[in-house]
Amino acid sequence: MKLDEVPQDTESSAYAGHQKLLYAVDEEGCYQGAQSAGWDAENYATQQALAELEVLEQQAKQRWQAGETSVLPYLMYRYRMDELALAQCTGLWRWRIRRHFKVPVYQQLPVRILTRYAQAFSLPVEQLLAYQQGQLDEL
Amino acid sequence: MSFNHEQSAHCESGVMSSLLTHAGLPMSEPMALGLSSGIAFAYIPLVKLSGMPLIAYRMPPKHIIKTLSKRLGCRLHSATFSNPAAGKQALDQALEQGRLVGMQSSVFWLPYFPPEMRFHFNAHNLLAYGREGEEYLLSDPVFEQPVRCASDDLQRARFAKGSLAAKGLLYWLEDVPSEVDWEKLIRSSILSTSRIIDGLPLPWIGIRGIAYLARKIAGLDEQAKKYNRLYLTHIVRMQEEIGTGGAGFRFMYASFLQEAGSLLNEPALCAASQQLTAIGDQWRQFALLCVQHSRGKSEKPSLAEISSALLAIAQAERVLFKELACWAKRK
Repeated sequence: MKLDEVPQDTESSAYAGHQKLLYAVDEEGCYQGAQSAGWDAENYATQQALAELEVLEQQAKQRWQAGETSVLPYLMYRYRMDELALAQCTGLWRWRIRRHFKVPVYQQLPVRILTRYAQAFSLPVEQLLAYQQGQLDEL
Repeated sequence: MSFNHEQSAHCESGVMSSLLTHAGLPMSEPMALGLSSGIAFAYIPLVKLSGMPLIAYRMPPKHIIKTLSKRLGCRLHSATFSNPAAGKQALDQALEQGRLVGMQSSVFWLPYFPPEMRFHFNAHNLLAYGREGEEYLLSDPVFEQPVRCASDDLQRARFAKGSLAAKGLLYWLEDVPSEVDWEKLIRSSILSTSRIIDGLPLPWIGIRGIAYLARKIAGLDEQAKKYNRLYLTHIVRMQEEIGTGGAGFRFMYASFLQEAGSLLNEPALCAASQQLTAIGDQWRQFALLCVQHSRGKSEKPSLAEISSALLAIAQAERVLFKELACWAKRK
């Protein structure tokens, strides 16, 4: 890549105004660091991943508010995790987490378990308790 | 403490470059990557990242830190903590002693990262060079300027749980030599890179891994449009987004070859650098093809085309690293 080929596609850039360092050659073929404000192809790839998470989050939110699942799937996607990541963060088995996705099970969960979820999402445990009481909005 | 922040392309090589330069052994980021043999390729279908196979263009996290300090003969002082409070105390103590401290942390919980870039990746590296009250002065290698971070946020990022959990890892270098045998280091590190890239009898690592990925792409089901789109853009993200300096570290390594070539006055290395720059351009072109296919506009490249572009890259890297291995063994 030559210095003048370093992409500067600011539009829809995922760097949010930041610049990233790339390595490119000048006219004599000498390497230098060069700042890039964004690359179209890369931005598209990032947006795909973000959009996929956003869809999952919205679907989980609707299912939670319709009473089909507990709040946990929504919070999981909201904090950009999947079941595996949530299991690793809470130290709970995946089958237990899937069980906690059921509304009746979630309502019975002791504070001890809720605290582990609260720590994984870095939320106050009171918020998870409020969801247990049937709150269907974010605090 | 007087400390000069330098922006880097990648966190780990950037941290090592800053630590060594600060300790009196000036070292550029490409040199840190090259001398630690940090470049590689791996496609590991068994390890999943949000449902997608692990694709890496470099050695596993901490490889650069450990290998480089070992090869240079410095002492790497490192500590992890089971108790977060002890981890904070150790950081404060080291800063009071005037040390430049390397830390491992999660990306997701660092508030100064833009939301678009915040994913659960626990092996990010950054430096702390001071503290003002409850705010730490940080040098995050991938940012243009030094940043500040509140104590609570930094604690959360250092002690985030999950895969590759940092457990508050702190590290710094002791006994950094002021003179090193560049010739010996460069030869042995290039030889070891050529062995990683094309010497392991494993189908997922190095050239074999690239060819394996190419076969996977050719074998994708044309009908599964959504999966293909997420799969192909996942490859692009691993190659470009995660701080690689462009083309999955290929440009950075080419820069290392050039610097090494002029240091030792070896035209062979400069020629190899040019070759690798061309290969890097092929990687960028491959990323572009992946995105064009996913965008699905009228004239989109076929999966077979993308796959053969990748096979061509594998061939070119095989030739290049064979030549480099020969050079490294000479004398």
